[in-house]
Amino acid sequence: MAVKVRIPTPLQKLAEGKGEVSVQASSIQDLLDTLEKNYPGMKERLCDSTGKVRRFVNIYLNEEDIRFLSKEETPLKDGDEVSIVPAIAGG
Amino acid sequence: MSFLKGLRCRECAREYPKEAIYVCEYCFGSLEAAYDYDGIKQVLTREKIEKGPKSLWRYRELLPIDGEPTAGFYSGFTPLVKADRLAREWGVRELYIKDDSVCHPTWSFKDRVVAVALSRARELGFDTVACASTGNLANSVSANAAWAGFKRYIFIPANLERAKIIGSLVYAPNLVAVSGNYDEVNRLCSEIASKYAWGFVNINLRAYYAEGSKTLGFEIAEQLGWRAPRHVVAPAASGSLITKIWKAFQEFEKLGILKEKLNTSIHCAQPEGCSPIADAIVSKSDTIRPVKPETIAKSLAIGNPADGYYAKDVVMQSGGFAAKATDDEIREGIKLLACTEGIFTETAGGVTVACAKKLIEQGRIPRDESLVLAITGNGLKTQEAIQNAVGEAVRIEPNLSSFEEAVMKRPGVKV
Repeated sequence: MAVKVRIPTPLQKLAEGKGEVSVQASSIQDLLDTLEKNYPGMKERLCDSTGKVRRFVNIYLNEEDIRFLSKEETPLKDGDEVSIVPAIAGG
Repeated sequence: MSFLKGLRCRECAREYPKEAIYVCEYCFGSLEAAYDYDGIKQVLTREKIEKGPKSLWRYRELLPIDGEPTAGFYSGFTPLVKADRLAREWGVRELYIKDDSVCHPTWSFKDRVVAVALSRARELGFDTVACASTGNLANSVSANAAWAGFKRYIFIPANLERAKIIGSLVYAPNLVAVSGNYDEVNRLCSEIASKYAWGFVNINLRAYYAEGSKTLGFEIAEQLGWRAPRHVVAPAASGSLITKIWKAFQEFEKLGILKEKLNTSIHCAQPEGCSPIADAIVSKSDTIRPVKPETIAKSLAIGNPADGYYAKDVVMQSGGFAAKATDDEIREGIKLLACTEGIFTETAGGVTVACAKKLIEQGRIPRDESLVLAITGNGLKTQEAIQNAVGEAVRIEPNLSSFEEAVMKRPGVKV
């Protein structure tokens, strides 16, 4: 499954400076593992020591927060778009 | 003289230069301003503050700018109202309203954070500022950026109250209404922020912006004669304000400015239709579960609160608690504050009043201990919320008999 992933500024250094990358993955968990394989160091930034997505990292699948879907187990399909966004302050 | 040393990650404590960055590259934690407190202690005294300007800039040494302020010269230093009538209504001994419904120039506490954010934006060389907002921040960035001569892009959820839309448009910003809730506006803005080199006050300037909220806490302590109250009830959207009121009291204590040992409990007020932080506090949960907001308190409608964990920690650590208000209770809270203290607050203020009442009734706030309510915005901005709950004017013809017939002969009227 080819999925488009938007990489936030603080992680772009790890992704050869790219703001957007394409990844083959069948779920969010799989996507995190594949990102790590392609761009070593990425997963430890996004996940804590137990492998769960850090509490200050928001991941959106086609604009919906994965915490409203099936979190790390959320399945992916061809053409999906995933955004990784740090938590930002309120207004 | 600058006492701003740099930025520090609130999660892993890694240090960063004082630039327009907002998130730790290693753990995604948010960055916070770090100060040279030893240096501040040598120059900052109660007397020095008292001689300062009658604005939030009287606490300049504890704000994150390098040079002199360049925005918000009249913001802050709002009244601390001794609320004896409301106190009598509730049977409490010592009650105050910190009244930011009259903050200059756009009638909410957001004028504090924007004063700091725009002063820092200028120092960092930005010519364009932007924000994602539930309305009050939009008004404040629009106004202050117009005055300070910045180009300005303002992003809001499309369903905001009319007065909050007009209250931005009048300053001629680029006002962008996004089809979606605030959390969706926020996500979009963080993508825009990584593409355009703008000063987003609540994204890449967040570490500076957020510090402006401390001045609400500094003022409360100064206005109480350099003492922190036993209790504060504050509303929570992202949760930032709660953390900064607490930080303000702690900084004053650390610098020897408080006359008594700090013993304050901070309580969290949220609307029932959007209460991720209050729910975590009440259920003693370790996690904050994002929600889809549904409430008339649109300025508090943040379902995924960025500072939620920190706000929860402050409330727990300070011995505070949390309460939630329904839409009807919010309206009652607005009317109660108006009828007792003559202050017309917006829906967020209604939440604070309603939640304070509950916390008192539950015994979480004992009736003989001092209490400050943080009233953060003005009721003229959210009139839709109460327009069907305040009755109508009595209509009469322009003659005396019509007046007496319609008004003076109503049941219960005594001359």
